[in-house]
Amino acid sequence: MEKRSDFKFSRRDLLIVGAASLTAPAMAVTTAPFVAKAEVTLKPAVPGAPVMSKVSFNVNGKARELEVDTRTTLLDALRENLHFTGTKKGCDHGQCGACTVIVGGRRINSCLTLAVMHDGDSVTTIEGLGTPENMHPMQAAFVKHDGYQCGYCTPGQICSAVAVLDEIKAGIPSHVSADLTAPPQFSTAELRERMSGNICRCAAYSNIVDAVTEVAGSKA
Amino acid sequence: MKSFTYERANSPAEAAAAAARTPHAKFIAGGTNLLDLMKLEIETPSHLIDVNRLALNKVEPTPDGGLRLGALVRNTDLAADQRVRRDYGVLSRALLAGASGQLRNKGTTAGNLLQRTRCPYFYDTNQPCNKRQPGSGCAAIGGFSRQHAVIGASEACIATHPSDMAVAMRALDATVETIRPDGATRNIPISELHRLPGDTPEIETTLAQGELITAVTLPKPVGGKQIYRKVRDRASYAFALVSVAAIVQRDGSGRVALGGVAHKPWRVEAAEAALPRGARDTIAQLLVAAKPTRENAFKLTLAERTLAAVLTEARG
Repeated sequence: MEKRSDFKFSRRDLLIVGAASLTAPAMAVTTAPFVAKAEVTLKPAVPGAPVMSKVSFNVNGKARELEVDTRTTLLDALRENLHFTGTKKGCDHGQCGACTVIVGGRRINSCLTLAVMHDGDSVTTIEGLGTPENMHPMQAAFVKHDGYQCGYCTPGQICSAVAVLDEIKAGIPSHVSADLTAPPQFSTAELRERMSGNICRCAAYSNIVDAVTEVAGSKA
Repeated sequence: MKSFTYERANSPAEAAAAAARTPHAKFIAGGTNLLDLMKLEIETPSHLIDVNRLALNKVEPTPDGGLRLGALVRNTDLAADQRVRRDYGVLSRALLAGASGQLRNKGTTAGNLLQRTRCPYFYDTNQPCNKRQPGSGCAAIGGFSRQHAVIGASEACIATHPSDMAVAMRALDATVETIRPDGATRNIPISELHRLPGDTPEIETTLAQGELITAVTLPKPVGGKQIYRKVRDRASYAFALVSVAAIVQRDGSGRVALGGVAHKPWRVEAAEAALPRGARDTIAQLLVAAKPTRENAFKLTLAERTLAAVLTEARG
């Protein structure tokens, strides 16, 4: 009989192996420099069969080239093909914000965009913001203020929060900005409105507000 | 999701021609609504034409003092444009009242206009829906219809148009510019872009097959107090139960369009003569032909009260 200690796989290892075996045909991952392409993907030999297409983009500072089914969302390319599993799949319909990443400096729902639409783009995921040893100030503030409970929404919350502070700095108004013509100022009301696309089922909202407020203050 | 072939278009004319050439082709820009529907196989294009590289992402002045909004200007950028904020405040406010920050970063001017209804029966493929599957029936009629249309609906469909932006554009008398597969361009008044459902709720706009929106133009600014008031079930990130886009001048005259009540932004120019007399008279004329369901009759009262609040704010 096997002893329990013989099992050396972590849950994460098993998930990666499972994902790799599922997506093996689409795993042509290289780190070649990207070249913008505008080709028409070929018609499938059999109607309804998968259509493959090449795409190159930069993820967290590193060039990546993939061949993916055209149906592959940016979220699935990041998780299943590139193994950046920090970005989470919540609703997969743009309603929860767990999949938020930063593309070209803008936060977007990576579940509602196709990988092939991002040829030549630069993508930043939670892994690109900081590491456990060298955290981004927003990551450190979430830890300090306990801005989560289960943690599933947290990478999306943090990517979104980092971009929110940039949006305020860039003068982009919000629904709660009193004066449309004046530059918006950081406030709790502004933050809550701007973060409404990120849902936390554990309802860690007040601690998230504390964390982001601290980072906003330290920037001022 | 059904599989599809994919291409990136390099010019509006090329995109329109490709759409006419390929059966079951769709344009994709922001993709936030289309991909959502493709995942549910409510939309099943066999070919996607990515228009994101087209040079349609600028806000430019027009010779007659208005603004030309490129079809690919992201909702965030349009709402933040200084000229829009100063001269067309109702549009900026409407954009900011819609969706989430992430979605506004992706959503485009043209895509926002062409987004499809959020009727839950349209989304539920186990239910009949004449819009999704013509001839199958309408589960919303007799179903949970709290969010549905109170005016301009038909026996076939009581869905609403979900856009906030389009309601403000209707109040601003915007014009939609398009290019067709044969290269011909035309201008469509926004009042004529969206259709009422009638017997063919699956046909939502007057655009021809392969016709691509290239821009939306706004006439020169009309001034006035510009207000967009949206009433919804949550304080943020929810579709309107009722919304009011209003432009009110100092003498009390003005324009008003409603969202959340019909299959298109709802404006009746003749009703606007009543604006100086207040919300009750205006709404009575604007919604004179209303046929609400038992569940959404509250929208008539809500529309009147929301307009009353808007007119009070405009006087302040």
